[in-house]
Amino acid sequence: MKYLYVAAAEEVERGALAAVTARLAAEFGGPVRDMELGSVDFAFDAERRQYGSIPLLDMLLRRCPPDAAKLLAVTERDLFIPVLTFVFGQAQLGGRVGVVSFARLRQEFYGLAANREIFLERACKEALHETGHLFGLVHCPERKCAMSLATTVRQIDLKDDAFCAACGARLRRNPEGTQV
Amino acid sequence: MKTHWQILVVDDEEVMCESLAAWLREDGYVVDTASSGRDAVEKARLRDYAIYFVDLKMPGGMDGIETMMQIRRLHPEASIIIITAYATVDTAITAMKEGAQEYIVKPCNPEEISLLVNRIIKVKNLQRENTILRKKLTRQYCVHDVVSKNPRMQEIMALCGEIASLRSTVLIQGESGTGKELVARAIHNAGDRASKPFVAVSCAALAETLLESEFFGHEKGSFTSANQQKRGKFEMANTGTIFLDEIGDISPKLQVDLLRVLQDRSFYRVGGSEEVRVDVRVVAATHVNLQQAVAEGNFRDDLYYRLNVIEIRIPPLRARREDIPLLADHFVERLSHELGKDVSEVSEGALRLLLDHNWPGNVRELENAVERAMVTCRGPVLTESDFGFLAQAAAPAPVWAVPAGMTIEDMEKVLITATIQRTQGNIKEAASVLGIDRSTLYEKIKKYEIPR
Repeated sequence: MKYLYVAAAEEVERGALAAVTARLAAEFGGPVRDMELGSVDFAFDAERRQYGSIPLLDMLLRRCPPDAAKLLAVTERDLFIPVLTFVFGQAQLGGRVGVVSFARLRQEFYGLAANREIFLERACKEALHETGHLFGLVHCPERKCAMSLATTVRQIDLKDDAFCAACGARLRRNPEGTQV
Repeated sequence: MKTHWQILVVDDEEVMCESLAAWLREDGYVVDTASSGRDAVEKARLRDYAIYFVDLKMPGGMDGIETMMQIRRLHPEASIIIITAYATVDTAITAMKEGAQEYIVKPCNPEEISLLVNRIIKVKNLQRENTILRKKLTRQYCVHDVVSKNPRMQEIMALCGEIASLRSTVLIQGESGTGKELVARAIHNAGDRASKPFVAVSCAALAETLLESEFFGHEKGSFTSANQQKRGKFEMANTGTIFLDEIGDISPKLQVDLLRVLQDRSFYRVGGSEEVRVDVRVVAATHVNLQQAVAEGNFRDDLYYRLNVIEIRIPPLRARREDIPLLADHFVERLSHELGKDVSEVSEGALRLLLDHNWPGNVRELENAVERAMVTCRGPVLTESDFGFLAQAAAPAPVWAVPAGMTIEDMEKVLITATIQRTQGNIKEAASVLGIDRSTLYEKIKKYEIPR
């Protein structure tokens, strides 16, 4: 039997990890396994002062357990890819590994008062989004769908914490997760 | 929709190339990568990508600008986005001058890149839709697509092809519904002016003063409601073709104005003092016998001769009955798509009915009859009963007694209403049946508030 794994970097708050794991288990029909990732400092880019999501995905591929169908990592570090200023997360489309950054999902990042409820909601939506990519879903034109592209937290807040009917149907048609 | 569009990312740094490609793939695009300018040009030779992301600085003697220029030589319409880490005003100006659609500095905000790609794809979708519609329209009015096996019609279509690239004026005569505009469009589409405007004006629909402004445009303030300068149809049709339908209905004053345009290819806007010159091919059409109108003094002979350089007389449908089965099949095929009905043929009995009908409204009436039958039919074959309304229309009218106390105006209203109903709302045909011109009929419809 193959499992969906959620791997947490050492700095991730365990309560947030539990919320994300529970949401993914509910959506993808569990069981979801936890995994400790340790430090992700190796992906630090001194020039950008951010963490590269590409070396992180490379490491995840190397450490992916044999019984993992998909592996989603979570980190508090701010991620980037070379051509973009930041990414909320990145996943191999229809592949095995993906990562979500919590850094920009917190109100504190924007100089606002912390709000745990808002943060957890955003974290679950982004975890669903990147896992959707792992199962082969591309961005959805339906703005309320968890698979719609969000480049700001405002756009994340406008989404629902769920897939739209069309994306849900694509997932059911293709549970193995090649591109749909 | 997105998956139809392909994107090429060109960068010598693999990580840069692959990360942008992966990000765009998540958006549903099919993305290829190239690690050098040469590689990119080779790929562009094999496939036309919707968008090219090209890094400005690349080694190997072929930088981003050179790559872009070579791609543009292969695909002049290509949308190329230059990416650079070292932004200077000079490089940005050079890139834009050489035809880059956008110039972005990496790293860039994800929102910026997403909006940029969406904007370009939106334009590409519109351009593609436009191309498809243009092709459809050209096919619809193509000489070869006119449905007829009648020798006279075939001669006409051959003539259309021969005269298509000339500038000579054409006069098309024929009864209502014979397809005069279709022939005019076929002439336009078969000639050198096919990609230029085709502007159709119905001369019967408008009063003299309105028609003058419609033809030649007007200057701001030239009359009460002239709030701004307006170009007329002749200016709009410049370099293309103007189709003047129902030319026999224009007033004596407009006949003089039109004669001047045909002689000089120039005119003045209403209220204007500046001469406007145009290069327009004129195709006119009429359902009245213009030669007779000239003999009766209702139409200027000099204008008639100017218009009648090439004359085309379209026979009525009753004179080419062999076309009825062909046309009926053609309409069934077209309308089954348009109406979404699974109708494939016309039964023999129905065909006999169609062949026996007199078709005063010609091809247009036949088209309307097929559509009406298709709307109400239940099966895949149109039968005699689906065309029952034709027999009713042909049945002799009951003797009509004039109600007591009826005024002439009451009678006129009843007559006009009944005629419009009988012609299924075809005003041109109703006017012809009533023996009045269309502008008079429009006035009466307005006066009596008759629904159309």
